[in-house]
Amino acid sequence: MIYLRLFLSFLKIGAVAFGGGYAMIPLMRDECLANGWLSDAELLDFIAVSESTPGPVAVNMATFVGSSQAGILGALLATLGVILPAFLVTVLLVAALGKLLTYKGTRAILSGVRPAVVALILSAAVVMFLSLFFGIGKIGDAVAFSLPSVLLFGFLILVAWLYRRLRGKSVSPIFLILLSGVAGIVLFR
Amino acid sequence: MKKLFLLMLTMMKIGLFTFGGGYAMISLLENEFVSKRKWLGTEEFLDMVAIAESTPGPIAINGATYIGYRVKGIPGAIFGTVGVVTPSFVIIYLISLFFYRFLSISWVASAFKGIQVAVVFLIFSAALRLFKKLSKTPFTVTVFIAVALAAVALSLFAIRFSSVWFVLIGAALGLGAYLFALLHRDDGDGGEEGKTEEPVDAGEEGTP
Repeated sequence: MIYLRLFLSFLKIGAVAFGGGYAMIPLMRDECLANGWLSDAELLDFIAVSESTPGPVAVNMATFVGSSQAGILGALLATLGVILPAFLVTVLLVAALGKLLTYKGTRAILSGVRPAVVALILSAAVVMFLSLFFGIGKIGDAVAFSLPSVLLFGFLILVAWLYRRLRGKSVSPIFLILLSGVAGIVLFR
Repeated sequence: MKKLFLLMLTMMKIGLFTFGGGYAMISLLENEFVSKRKWLGTEEFLDMVAIAESTPGPIAINGATYIGYRVKGIPGAIFGTVGVVTPSFVIIYLISLFFYRFLSISWVASAFKGIQVAVVFLIFSAALRLFKKLSKTPFTVTVFIAVALAAVALSLFAIRFSSVWFVLIGAALGLGAYLFALLHRDDGDGGEEGKTEEPVDAGEEGTP
């Protein structure tokens, strides 16, 4: 049943996505591919929309995926699923277990979780890079090199670097998304 | 009751005006609840940030739940969380209704091909930013490299292995390394932990 599957998938994502936002992208990718909900390209479209609209990216993604698969009820259940673990854990920590975070054992667990999460984000980026730019989804796929994508990627690195040099802060993601949208219209016509 | 609605409205406002999630929201929460309304002390607020960073789930949800609870117990937690989520839920739901129709316009599809490149770039930069912030010890760097290589390799060989397992393995390794260090420490500090059952856990540490 799609409703239950959406709820449970997003519950799982919400329960292990340490570090918010981008940390849940690898998990969400797993769930969406395993259930056949979204392709990599659709996932990237959804992330772009979630990033350019207000609110937490994880919640936006849940609403979007839920709605695309099963309408308003799907959207509600997926969103509820992704926020429930954070809600319950926070209430438990404030209400009863406040000191838990200061225990050395808890810190030790987190010291192993953090690098794993960062590594997962990086590997999701690498895998999507390979599939988008070279058409490689798995070993043995024929290489379908996309020159415009690589050019645009290089251009974005340059823009982000220049912005940091000149303004001393990171360029806004929304600006990069808009810029790439315009570039996309020119390059992919 | 009035305070609950005020809380919810404030959270809705924050939910509506934060772009880019998590950390952007923390500064807005601080501004509203600590500086302006003084419903929370700075110390309590910093506790919230620590909780948000070390628990799973969106940081904004941890924040809204925590502040809501501090202001008005469980009802506060519920109203705060519902408040922060509602605006983006409505916006995204409306977008999702005609997103595919929108994508079927040819220039929009071209634009999104470009946007996909930007999102891959954003994910890369998020990974690099988080890596810079990571406290780097031989242990964390080893876990990082091992997980990154394993996750890419499994995906390329089309082996289904949920990322959830990597997170859990990371947790087990963290705990294992800690217990291992505890056992092998010379000073008396860890003495009481030096009981016989620990070597089993310590053995896990050799895996990476």
